[in-house]
Amino acid sequence: MSVITTAILALLALAVSFGAILGFAAVRFKVEGNPIVDQIDSLLPQTQCGQCGHPGCRPYAQAIADGEDINKCPPGGEATIQALADLLDVEPQPLDAEHGEEKPKQVAVIREEECIGCTKCIQACPIDAILGSAKHMHTVIESECTGCDLCVEPCPVDCIDMLPLAQGIQSWHWSVPRKHIIASDKTHSPEVSAS
Amino acid sequence: MTDYLLILVSTILVNNFVLVQFLGLCPFMGVSNKLETAMGMSLATTFVLTLSSVCSYLAFTYLLQPLGLEYLQTITFILVIAVVVQFTELVVRKTSPLLYRLLGIFLPLITTNCAVLGVALLNIKKQNGFLESILYGFGAAVGFSLVLILFSAMRERIAVSDVPSPFKGSAIGMITAGLMSLAFMGFTGLVNI
Repeated sequence: MSVITTAILALLALAVSFGAILGFAAVRFKVEGNPIVDQIDSLLPQTQCGQCGHPGCRPYAQAIADGEDINKCPPGGEATIQALADLLDVEPQPLDAEHGEEKPKQVAVIREEECIGCTKCIQACPIDAILGSAKHMHTVIESECTGCDLCVEPCPVDCIDMLPLAQGIQSWHWSVPRKHIIASDKTHSPEVSAS
Repeated sequence: MTDYLLILVSTILVNNFVLVQFLGLCPFMGVSNKLETAMGMSLATTFVLTLSSVCSYLAFTYLLQPLGLEYLQTITFILVIAVVVQFTELVVRKTSPLLYRLLGIFLPLITTNCAVLGVALLNIKKQNGFLESILYGFGAAVGFSLVLILFSAMRERIAVSDVPSPFKGSAIGMITAGLMSLAFMGFTGLVNI
């Protein structure tokens, strides 16, 4: 009986002391994460293009939380600045032209017959959206490409084009309706009178 | 001094934990697809293995032995290892964010690495002293890292080479591991320990 009691007591003592150590460590070594950084990061477009002067979107989110201007993100454009201004409760500012201008969403496309397989664009891509290996043709995964155009500059044979995004579910817009879609007796319009 | 050197050589090469004693095979097969992750895993394992080897030695000598509770060693060691891993994670996260990002998810994974428990139990079985326990744990970890990094470097090459289709993927990995194990048998007889 006493053997069992000793065993249970010893294990209990060990478990309690370890629990105490861990509990102490959890308080003592607590890491203060800043939840605002996560919120800012989720508003940024995640192109990881570095046009803001930071090596990616999360470092820029960190910098904004530390008081940097919110108008340094060309890919996000006015919409992102407005969202950031709402979140941080500051005045929205116009986009800082020094960091680039807002362009329609693009994707990089490699002209595959000209690619020499140098892997330089793969190293430049911040989000690993380029497939290929040395001396083999490379290609861009279109669904992953954020259109940051960081791969264009290192290409030695200039075989990467930035093309506007092909129309898909994400980028589809209503087409502008034809004029005079409703039938009318009036004949003052030149198109109608011509027909 | 020679004894300590012999322990190192023995654990790293002759009685390599992965290829000769077949411990810690899950991370050996699991995280060896990329050299980078293999290095992260090796670093984390080296750290934890050495530390837990010492801690379990201390727990055994100063708690279990005086109370005559040697039969509780397995459960105690599991407890010790889990606590050491958790504590290391907390401390590393606070003191060195860079190291934490490097070791990241590998730290908790090590809790279930059988090589860690194996080293703790073998330390007791071989009646190693304090310093010997440290060296034994460290040597085991270095041996594990060596094999893991070699293996992952090979797997990276194999992944892009022309492997016959029945052997693609894990199958060729298993065969490679078997061949490596055969090669490491060549070290038998280098030292006797």
